[in-house]
Amino acid sequence: MKPAADSAPRRGAEIVDKAQHPLREMVVIFLANRAAMVASIVLSIVVLAAIFGPMLHPVDPFEMVWAPFTPPGQDGFVLGTDYLGRDMLAALLNGGRVSLTIGLVAALMSVFIGISFGALAGFYRGLVEEVLMRITEFFQVLPTLLFSMVIVALFGASLEVVTIAIGVVSWTAVARITRAEFLRIRELEYVTASRAAGASNVTLMTRVILPNALPPIIVQAALMVGSAILFEAGLAFLGLSDPNVVSWGQIIGSNRPYILDAGFTVTIPGLAIFVTVLSISLIGDGLNDALNPKLRAR
Amino acid sequence: MNFLRQTAVRLGYAIALLLAVVVLNFVLIHIAPGDIADTIAGDMGGATEEVMAKIRADYGLDKPFIVQLGLYMGNVVRFDFGYSFFFNTPVTSLIAERLPATLLLVFSAQLLALVVGVVLGVISAQRPNGMLSHFVTLLALFGYSAPVFWTGIMLLIGLSLMLPLFPVAGMVDARLMDAPMWRQYLDVLHHLLLPALTLASIFLALYSRLCRASMLEVLGADYIRTARAKGLTEREIVYKHALKNSLGPVVTLAGLQFSAVVSGAVLVETVFSWPGLGTLALQSILARDTPTILGILFFSALVVIVGNLLTDLVLRLIDPRIRSGGG
Repeated sequence: MKPAADSAPRRGAEIVDKAQHPLREMVVIFLANRAAMVASIVLSIVVLAAIFGPMLHPVDPFEMVWAPFTPPGQDGFVLGTDYLGRDMLAALLNGGRVSLTIGLVAALMSVFIGISFGALAGFYRGLVEEVLMRITEFFQVLPTLLFSMVIVALFGASLEVVTIAIGVVSWTAVARITRAEFLRIRELEYVTASRAAGASNVTLMTRVILPNALPPIIVQAALMVGSAILFEAGLAFLGLSDPNVVSWGQIIGSNRPYILDAGFTVTIPGLAIFVTVLSISLIGDGLNDALNPKLRAR
Repeated sequence: MNFLRQTAVRLGYAIALLLAVVVLNFVLIHIAPGDIADTIAGDMGGATEEVMAKIRADYGLDKPFIVQLGLYMGNVVRFDFGYSFFFNTPVTSLIAERLPATLLLVFSAQLLALVVGVVLGVISAQRPNGMLSHFVTLLALFGYSAPVFWTGIMLLIGLSLMLPLFPVAGMVDARLMDAPMWRQYLDVLHHLLLPALTLASIFLALYSRLCRASMLEVLGADYIRTARAKGLTEREIVYKHALKNSLGPVVTLAGLQFSAVVSGAVLVETVFSWPGLGTLALQSILARDTPTILGILFFSALVVIVGNLLTDLVLRLIDPRIRSGGG
């Protein structure tokens, strides 16, 4: 697995000599990264399973359908049943929907907050930067999980609250990266040129600087989806998630007291989280190679 | 003198951050639906409007927000976090009882991750494409992608239930109450190992990868070539000259991770029933025990801030350039 990832950039660089368009160059490098390609396929399967799985396997994950702790494969239950005799496969498919959705929406939210903070701080500098970066530091000191736990406990464990609780605490890395990029790019000549041509501050930020600052932000955003999924799993594991829906972390949390009787009820959803987040981080690595060619020489 | 002034500025800044944490949490509790009176009334099985008003007056909830905040801040400065009506104890003594366990877990996990991470990093830097390098990369991917509570449960199933090598839960063995001190310390260490390893698993390989990269960079520097030309042994070059200069980034990263370590500790404590702040936080959140929640948030932020200050201190110790105020 690893040798592939190590030799991929070099092989990518060879191919690039023939490629012309930058976009094509990116795609070529990404496709040459074997780990990232395998990860993309795995992630596609996970996403498809979450979208279509519940339709193809229409069993209510809350309904008790069979004897508890039926091992995987027995009596027609592919992944067995949990401590209440509920179908694990149904729980896993439905849980995937919830975990992936929350992960994606929470990550989008934190990327949006992070870009706004970073862009304003890096563009205006001075007092604005000082205040915004102090707020960022404040959120870095806050133990994020504890803070989210409090938000969920205070405002109720609905899907929306959980998503917001994750989004509002995990944007600091994006803010720092965006600010650093803005600080660098705002001094470049084409920005000065645009300004001289009469571009407004908003135009400069959103149309001139932001598109050029995007590559590292996109890589970080991909990783954020993974960490948001982990974050949601942690909250759900603690029992702080919407009691009306199944999610991967919640399956682990509710089956934890019975690991002696049926370890698989905890192992399987954990593997699902692990494989999903692993795929996302490998894709992130691949994107990093493809989008930041300068770093490739590492 | 410069050193003292820098330290004072940092301390002042840390205190300001802590107070900001208190204000934010107080504001949150206030905009959230429901208050202490509702909780108490709920416990009593319902109450009339008059009783509710009486409870609100007793807890000072009828005063304006700013006054309440001011009163609370005044108490916080004196380390008085109020009374937990769920545990029937002052919050401060409740936390004092649980804080040492969390500190032990957080700092031993960080230490374990740093020491093992640096050792692995140094060895794999000497053979950048060797087996160990690849192993560390895989370990880093695992640490980043596996949910820490799941890692903990897997270790628990493997090393406590299937092979009974480690205790399943808690921090001390009640049967050792009368045993000599050293035996009890050993017992705590025995209980600590799995939780600390679980928590360290998130960060260990991260540190080791950075250490490897930083070592590789340093090993290519001119002064290393000079050291080689002087005829120093490889061991002296790596451990005396290169390691010292490549530790900086690793320590900095470790400092940045403190908030994540404390967050991870909440989950690890729950898995291993570790009697720390994390398990207390979950209990008090489920019980809507506001004073305790606020107290825990304050102290967990304090742990992060102290961790950051310690990181600064270590950085100064290993890098004289920072000490002279260059950074």
